[in-house]
Amino acid sequence: MLESFQEFFRTVADNHPTWNFIFFYDERQFGKVVSGLWMTIWLSVACVIFSVIIGVVGAAMQGAQSKIVRGIVSGYIQFFRNTPPFVQLLFFYFALGRFTPTYSPDGWLEIPIISNVGWAMISLSFFAGAFNVEIFRAGIESVPKSTQEAASALGYTRLQIYRYIVFPLALRVSIPSLNNNLVNLVKTTTQAFVIAVPELLYESITIWNDFPSAQNPMMVVLFVSYLALVGVVVLGMNKWEREMRVPGYGG
Amino acid sequence: MKKLLASTTAMALALSSVAASAADCTNDTWNKVVERGKLVVGVKADYKPWGFRDTDGNLVGMEIDMANEVAATMGVDVELVAVQSSNRMQFLEQGKIDLMIATMSDRADRREIVGIVGPNYYTSGTNILAPDALNFTEWEQLRDRPVCGKQGAFYNQIVEERYGANVIAFTGNAEAKQALRDKKCVAFVYDDSSIMADLVSGSWEGFSMPMPTEDDNPWALAVPKAEQNCVFGRFMSGMQYNWHKDGALLALEEKWGIQSTSYLKAQNDRYKDWLAE
Repeated sequence: MLESFQEFFRTVADNHPTWNFIFFYDERQFGKVVSGLWMTIWLSVACVIFSVIIGVVGAAMQGAQSKIVRGIVSGYIQFFRNTPPFVQLLFFYFALGRFTPTYSPDGWLEIPIISNVGWAMISLSFFAGAFNVEIFRAGIESVPKSTQEAASALGYTRLQIYRYIVFPLALRVSIPSLNNNLVNLVKTTTQAFVIAVPELLYESITIWNDFPSAQNPMMVVLFVSYLALVGVVVLGMNKWEREMRVPGYGG
Repeated sequence: MKKLLASTTAMALALSSVAASAADCTNDTWNKVVERGKLVVGVKADYKPWGFRDTDGNLVGMEIDMANEVAATMGVDVELVAVQSSNRMQFLEQGKIDLMIATMSDRADRREIVGIVGPNYYTSGTNILAPDALNFTEWEQLRDRPVCGKQGAFYNQIVEERYGANVIAFTGNAEAKQALRDKKCVAFVYDDSSIMADLVSGSWEGFSMPMPTEDDNPWALAVPKAEQNCVFGRFMSGMQYNWHKDGALLALEEKWGIQSTSYLKAQNDRYKDWLAE
């Protein structure tokens, strides 16, 4: 079965010089596609989780009474929201990368303890996190003052109000925008290519450089993979949105 | 009857092949270039001194000089487009450029995608830029070690599969070289001619090109695949033949401070006019 499957794609490659689905019959190239896909998924999942945490914490800090804390958060947002993620990746990896501790396996190499994958995760999480802070802030601001006052009249502390009243309501308002931002984040992981993170785009381009005949098939793989990945994110978020819905609240 | 059938078939075949070859040469690109009076050439912007940007940001270099001469010979203006190793063939395929002179190695699988025409105008092999401190002498020493490279170079795969190196391929030369300077890899695998030019430039103190050069591979310029055996392809063959014959490439090599290669001298001898002198 597998044999005839591979044989079929070998024939396709022979008859159509630009449609060489090499990864279906060459084990090494198949390995590259799979490892690239895993790296993209791993990067996406990690960045989604970290960026949401950053968003929640950042939005809470924005509501803090201390001016300094609020200043730090708004500085962070300005820095990460107003610079391109591409530049951030280069800056983190090449500029900040020099100041991180390194270890040396052979006396010359200086392998930084934060790898290019690590920097990609940090950079992309903070990038998307900056947007998430603003998204959650918008959600928080949509919670009526009177609701908060009612909670405070019932004896809730500031933290309790945020945790039990404001945040759950704000989250519901935030989900649609959050959905957008996370979809964007998954797509932005391709930019980690610039610091040679071996994700799906990197591996695809490597394959079509080594085998120019495999370019079209690799493009197809890229499109299908990202459609599927983003599809999973969107479906998940929509399901979550429906489950979180409070009847009569927020339309 | 059988004979008649056979002869009709033969005639039909002959006719169809005539029709096919006539239809093959529509010379679309050539006509387009002449009509609009402008030749768009894809060249490198990160491969000193073949194609790079000068301090004013203009694209200059040996291949740019070649591109200018092609346009001058055709009597049209030239527009230079910076291409990268990983997209140069696609640019040509999609008609974003009419001609590609971009330090491309002439490989069999590339000939199936773009219209590569001879004679090859240059050649280079694979070597590494590495710190003297590591005392590299043979390729086997790269096994299981991180080696920086550039996306789009055909020898990345060879170095990985033959010598087991871990190639970390960056999108551009600048990133790969920066990673080497930052000691993120033990070497930068690239064309020996380009590494030589870097070493001569004096900015790589303490580095050298220690390996025996491997996989010497001629370079090729390319026209769109459909133009390969038509006017444009034939014309570019003629341009290259003349560059070799009258020593123009040797002169360009000297102009741009490239260490002279035995390949160009051999080609110069090979195509020498037998009546000259």
